[in-house]
Amino acid sequence: MAVVTDTEQGHHARPRGWSRWLAATNHKDIGTLYLWFSFTMFLTGGVMALGIRAELFQPGLQFWQPDLFNQLTTLHGLIMVFGAIMPAFTGMANWLLPLMIGAPDMAFARMNNWSFWLLPPAALLLIVSFAVPGGAASAGWTLYAPLSTQMGMGMDLTIFAIHIMGISSIMGSINIIVTILNLRAPGMTLMKMPMFAWASLITAYLIIAVMPVLAGVVTMVLTDRHFGTHFFNAAGGGDPVLYQHVFWFFGHPEVYIMALPAFGIVSHILPTFARKPLFGYASMVYATSSIALLSFMVWAHHMFTTGMPATAQLFFMYATMLIAVPTGVKVFNWIATLWQGSISFETPMLFAIGFVCLFTVGGLSGVTLSVAAVDIQLQDSYYVVAHFHYVLVAGALFSLFAAVYYWFPKMSGRMYSERLGKLHFWWSLVWFNVTFFPMHFLGLAGMPRRIPDYALQFTSFNEIASVGAFCFGLGQLIFLYNILWSLRRGDPAPAKPWEGADTLEWQLPSPAPYHSFVEAPELEVGENGAIRGMKGGVHH
Amino acid sequence: MEGTRQTHYFVPDPSYWPLVGAIALFCLGLGAALAINGVALGGGLLVTGASILVYMLFGWFGDVIRESLAGRYHGKEDHSFRWAMGWFIFSEVMFFAAFFGVLFYVRVISVPELGNFSHKLLYPDFEAAWPLSTGPGITAPYEAMSAWGLPAINTLILLSSGVTVTVAHWGLVKGKRGQLAWGLGGTVLLGTLFLVMQGWEYAHALHELNLTFASGAYGMTFYMLTGFHGLHVLLGTVILFVVWMRVLKGHFDAEHHFAFEAAAWYWHFVDVVWLLLFVFVYWL
Repeated sequence: MAVVTDTEQGHHARPRGWSRWLAATNHKDIGTLYLWFSFTMFLTGGVMALGIRAELFQPGLQFWQPDLFNQLTTLHGLIMVFGAIMPAFTGMANWLLPLMIGAPDMAFARMNNWSFWLLPPAALLLIVSFAVPGGAASAGWTLYAPLSTQMGMGMDLTIFAIHIMGISSIMGSINIIVTILNLRAPGMTLMKMPMFAWASLITAYLIIAVMPVLAGVVTMVLTDRHFGTHFFNAAGGGDPVLYQHVFWFFGHPEVYIMALPAFGIVSHILPTFARKPLFGYASMVYATSSIALLSFMVWAHHMFTTGMPATAQLFFMYATMLIAVPTGVKVFNWIATLWQGSISFETPMLFAIGFVCLFTVGGLSGVTLSVAAVDIQLQDSYYVVAHFHYVLVAGALFSLFAAVYYWFPKMSGRMYSERLGKLHFWWSLVWFNVTFFPMHFLGLAGMPRRIPDYALQFTSFNEIASVGAFCFGLGQLIFLYNILWSLRRGDPAPAKPWEGADTLEWQLPSPAPYHSFVEAPELEVGENGAIRGMKGGVHH
Repeated sequence: MEGTRQTHYFVPDPSYWPLVGAIALFCLGLGAALAINGVALGGGLLVTGASILVYMLFGWFGDVIRESLAGRYHGKEDHSFRWAMGWFIFSEVMFFAAFFGVLFYVRVISVPELGNFSHKLLYPDFEAAWPLSTGPGITAPYEAMSAWGLPAINTLILLSSGVTVTVAHWGLVKGKRGQLAWGLGGTVLLGTLFLVMQGWEYAHALHELNLTFASGAYGMTFYMLTGFHGLHVLLGTVILFVVWMRVLKGHFDAEHHFAFEAAAWYWHFVDVVWLLLFVFVYWL
């Protein structure tokens, strides 16, 4: 079913029309598909978030019944994690890895397309589940048993959607790993390659290690629901807490799956706009690896209130705190990179600095939560919601905005509007904090998460948060408008629009040729993928 | 490819197979969700999805095999395939690790815990034994599967198949096509025999031991682990069968036989999982 007849080296084809996207085997096209898909999912999940915030603007029930409210919180989480953040990073990896390491494409171009095209069906299953009897899954994105072992068909659709998304992300990760390990151009050695490649490599490893575990645990939910097993039911010797153990064995590395690529992105943008090499490149590599390894040993810090033995609480508490060490190394290195730099504040840099500041706030509230004695009070409160939105919105999402602005000239051949970009940043920064900072106070005061109604004393902070959320959401349309406008009207971009950028993709013209590095170049590379010399390299 | 550097890497032309595969999995996912909830459309969708998937696998692998025979894959592509198969098997290892983890948790933590004094008020008759036979969820009495009957024979069968596939590999490397064909055919036969025996074992478990998926912690872990392993043996046997057919058509030579090795790796992986199953599910 090859669409275009073969030429000897393949790879010369430039398909037009629908088949360019439906039958894509070009990493740039597939990356673009990923990015647009994830932005669509970001808006979908965002609308659900606004539904949640609308209900929480006042105490009492205004808009939704509690069941629909729970469906919104559940699907908001699932869609943002699996539909928006993860695919966006995979899209970035697709676009950038071959350009950064001098590869002709991803190692398995056809499988790459399958990884992408599995996502829309999975998203469709999730969306359709709102319409089935009983509605969508309403157990929270964590799908805890015994909630998830009850409920209607929506839960089954969610389980199968997770299976499909799991297959997609495992194949995507195999592609990323093999591309990095096998297709680096001569001279691009592992301890020289860009931090984004390192971050993608380690993230992909985490995905392959834990997505199968998630598939396993939701399969057990499925058999508990329909085939009479008792995995999460004490009546047959199982245990609902067992669900949490297996889920969080997946879930905690998953947190880093959404954070490590962000670290990689920021480790390019800060040096570029500080016009200095990244401080402590090797320690960044080791810190990223340590975070990944430690992430397998901390899962039960999500479960301090399940009645585990004090020794276990202590172990998981200290192991969790240990993660602050390599993360601290990273934050230190980023700040040291800025130190005495010749800094300019273009939009990507603003988002990157915003990332460093706000992600660190989220990291510190994470350390607070890791203290078992403190967590007992804060478990399932709005403090937790504040914490993970600081690391996921101001962390992962801000880094993605930074990445899109930073590489937009290379991808599209046009410059984005700097004015709109800066407006987008400051708007997002302000309203993000208006939305999520009060949630710390709400949580400390005792407001539980995932509840559509609340006691009167929580009203003012909730009103502030809801206003913030609607403004933040509105502000994302600035981003959309900027991208759409710049794609058609933006100024033509030079090959290297950023003075301090030194990785391989900036050696290519803008936009990057459809088929880049058909023949691998010979490279002379410094740390963090800095190109010191390049010979050869054929594009068309 | 050693010595000279390979300048080109094979990048396939646009292909609709991934889209066909996505449609297949959508039908499978939706069909399965509908079918287990008793919606009439479900079964039909499941069958449709499975058929599309099989069609896609034939088409896609057909393309790959044609590309391989046309000499499009060289050292670097071969390397990619090897890395990818290794990482795929790692993902499978983690999938089984989840179920083994559950088995150990149930046996070491949840069942003993339920037998504790503190739970006596809840389940007064509960006895923390393995195989677990008490508890309000276990409504029908059952017997456990003995390790030293069919499972022991199946262990021998699977271990022998590991030998035959290695003999076939030697044949391939030394250019002895007869040894290759017989070794591989023997492996497929042993794999099939294993599956038949497992079917027999399941029939025995269901009809004579009254052991079902719903037989509490023992039944669920027994069927989940052996069942998923069985599915992997089935898949491995199909893969080996395809490779065998390709051998009979004259594909592969001493240097160029990634598909054979991938099948062999997968087969050894399935073999190792079985050994763990035999020890932890059947024996101990």
